[in-house]
Amino acid sequence: MKNSKLFWLLGLVLVLSIFLAACGGGEETDGGTETPDSSETDTSNTDDGGDDSASTEGGEPDAEQVLNLVEGAEIPSMDSAIAEDSVAFNILNNVNEGLFRLNEENIAVPALAESEPEISEDGLTYTFKLRDANWSNGTPITAQDFVFAWQRALDPEVGSPYGPYMMAGTIKGAKEVSEGADPSELGVVAEDEKTLVVTLERPTPYFMSLMAFGTFYPQNEEFVTEKGDDYASNSDNLLYNGPFVLTNWDGTGLTWTMEKNEEYWDAETVTLETINVDVVKETSTALNLYQSGEKDRVGLSGEFAMQYADDPEVVKELEPTLFYLKFNQERNGEETPLANENIRKAISMAFNKQDLVDVVLANGSLPANYLVPTEFTFSEDGEDFREINGDLTGFDATKAQEFWQTGLEEIGQTEVTLELLGGDSELAGKMDAYLKEQLETNLEGLTVNLKAVPFGVRLELDEAQDYDIQNSGWGPDYQDPMTFIDLFVTGASHNLMSYSNEEFDSLVEQAKGELAQDPAARWEAMAEAERILIEEDAAIAPIYQRAVMALQKPYVNGIVSHPFGGDYSYKWAYISGKE
Amino acid sequence: MARYIGKRIIYMVITLALIATFTFFLMKILPGSPIASADKLSPEQRAVVEARYGLDRPLPVQYFDYMFGLLQGDLGVSINQFKGADVTDVILSRMGPSAQIGFQGMVLGTVLGILLGMVAALRQNTWVDYSSTVVAIIGISIPSFVFASMLQYSLGLKLGWFPVALWKDGFMSSVLPSIALAMFPLATAARFIRTEMIEVLGSDYITLAKAKGASGAEIAFKHAFRNALIPLITVLGPMAVAILTGSLVVEQIFAIPGIGEQFVKSIMVSDFSIIMGTTIFFSVFLILVILIVDILYGIIDPRIRLSGGKG
Repeated sequence: MKNSKLFWLLGLVLVLSIFLAACGGGEETDGGTETPDSSETDTSNTDDGGDDSASTEGGEPDAEQVLNLVEGAEIPSMDSAIAEDSVAFNILNNVNEGLFRLNEENIAVPALAESEPEISEDGLTYTFKLRDANWSNGTPITAQDFVFAWQRALDPEVGSPYGPYMMAGTIKGAKEVSEGADPSELGVVAEDEKTLVVTLERPTPYFMSLMAFGTFYPQNEEFVTEKGDDYASNSDNLLYNGPFVLTNWDGTGLTWTMEKNEEYWDAETVTLETINVDVVKETSTALNLYQSGEKDRVGLSGEFAMQYADDPEVVKELEPTLFYLKFNQERNGEETPLANENIRKAISMAFNKQDLVDVVLANGSLPANYLVPTEFTFSEDGEDFREINGDLTGFDATKAQEFWQTGLEEIGQTEVTLELLGGDSELAGKMDAYLKEQLETNLEGLTVNLKAVPFGVRLELDEAQDYDIQNSGWGPDYQDPMTFIDLFVTGASHNLMSYSNEEFDSLVEQAKGELAQDPAARWEAMAEAERILIEEDAAIAPIYQRAVMALQKPYVNGIVSHPFGGDYSYKWAYISGKE
Repeated sequence: MARYIGKRIIYMVITLALIATFTFFLMKILPGSPIASADKLSPEQRAVVEARYGLDRPLPVQYFDYMFGLLQGDLGVSINQFKGADVTDVILSRMGPSAQIGFQGMVLGTVLGILLGMVAALRQNTWVDYSSTVVAIIGISIPSFVFASMLQYSLGLKLGWFPVALWKDGFMSSVLPSIALAMFPLATAARFIRTEMIEVLGSDYITLAKAKGASGAEIAFKHAFRNALIPLITVLGPMAVAILTGSLVVEQIFAIPGIGEQFVKSIMVSDFSIIMGTTIFFSVFLILVILIVDILYGIIDPRIRLSGGKG
């Protein structure tokens, strides 16, 4: 009996010690540097503050080149024809390759294409010469592989969402093929083993950057047909032609590995030998793995961004994703107060964006007074598109109040109640609450009702045009200002707010049509369209351009982040100073 | 007995059919499309993708089609979580880790809980009893994901005794999640056993056993414990439910490739076939547990008659 008493005492102490250890440890977490692993590595390489992972210059690469990463979700599909999510596109970008690839400066450069293509005078026919390169099983990559993959991405039987989305309207015959026409009608032909001729629907100045996108990757017909339904079901049932090959992926699991592809044509550039990836959906778990030294880089979401903002191992990356308020001018067949230009202008100027990004988001996001993101598209001379227009609006409470009074007089009301539709995440909730408080304080007589709904519901309400103001966002599909600007053409599927301006429409039409071959004039037209949309019409109110924060060990170098397609390239990454 | 089990199995099938039906229609009421890039596609493009997965057909047609497939054991294919993968394969590939931590958690929790409850009853109103009550209250009132986070931080990150997360170190990876899941069964078992033991210890036959000069241990184990066990069996069902629901979050926190972890995601992305498949799988499991509990009940306590019918 004495023994059992002792036993229980021991048991109790054990249980209680768990609580005490957890509580006591909590206070030390801030820096997170006292864990043995990270303090060891800290000393070796302290000069790079790591503002931009791409530009971090490390020393000589270590002997062991292993990178340990976490991913936020499973791979839904590794079939480049039907992939539609960021996880898949990110891996595809590292284990496969298209005609072009985004380089360290995010410029599309020839990859499987040997050189820049020959472009016909009307800008409609592109002739690509392929370089000598092999699939991971040793078969040569041919022009036919592209023809097969592109036709497959449009096949209604395959049911790819991105195939028709990326190709229709750009590649000749794509729309028809996606609706069941004969695949041979698609404007892509293998002239011989190494010559690919692509015919376009209209001149597309950004076509080369499209060629870096996963949907346009080649697929080996023989392999795909042989595997049938099993194609892409696990890492063995796939072929690779990029810097790495995928291994250890069972199709539904939470773990996979990328290993250096010895067959890759540019294998000598690749330093990393192995990338171990594990899916960790909880940020707190990912952080614990980072601090225990098992992972080399973890993304910081929501409240974690604020908590770690001053950590020396934080890296920030600006994304070309823009968030803005959509002003619905016609709801249920009736004009809303937002049909009035002055009311829209008042609202778009009545909230402090700087405070919003500093205090509410606190993740390095930029206040946006524009539609086309900064550091996204560059002219041939390297000039950022953003430099043409600069800021087109801005926070100004006094001016906002003036517009507001004028607007109220014009619509003959003294009080206006508007609904603000937004997402249901914690962050979205905080942001919308902040906007409500700002708008109601700065605009007398305005009541804002918040409506927080899940993403799916928001899409449905958007489609039914059943909202007043909507907190919305957009990320690019190709590297050109047009991916943002043509969203707001009259009747466009993203417009859904009854905005219509003939001048705007005609500028977009010109940029897509007769100016397509004249880069300078085309940029001018798009810039003017952007100015009309925001400065003149205040059709939308830009809020911020998103940045993401991550913790990254100082010995990790050269991870390149991309504005569209796959988020990261590990081709140039290496480990230096870990030992 | 055989007749009883036969009858129960018929009820089980009916229950399952009802669960499948309710889940199917509730799920279809859920807003949102299973097409991840729905916001980018034009209505025509979306129609093509929906047709690919048969989502364009009238709801009753989809329902009967699904139920017919279910009868043949076909759970369909995943729409977007694991595009095109067989739902049965997904569940099978994810079952192992869930079963392991669930089983370990259940066994650990019940065994420790029984011991704790017994000691508390034998040392009634001493500090041992009070501390066991505190442990039981903590176990019942704090959800398993809080335990999971605390265990991960303390025993995993700070002390380094066990892996922080991931499913890579065999048994060692399963220890912390199992403990987190064990807390609820532990607390429940301790509470039940204590109450029952105290009641049994006060009964006449225990007094008789004492009078006959049986030792304390003999009384506790041979006479009191067996009778105290019976009510515990009734709570095995609720305990299994708690382990199952706990696993949804615990697996996510420890990044374990289990069924629960994957189920959460499938609801968020509206992958209809995965939601249906997993719900049916969970239901079958729980219904079986309840059946087993009822049968066990009859075995342990012969006074309870299962045959019902003839009487």
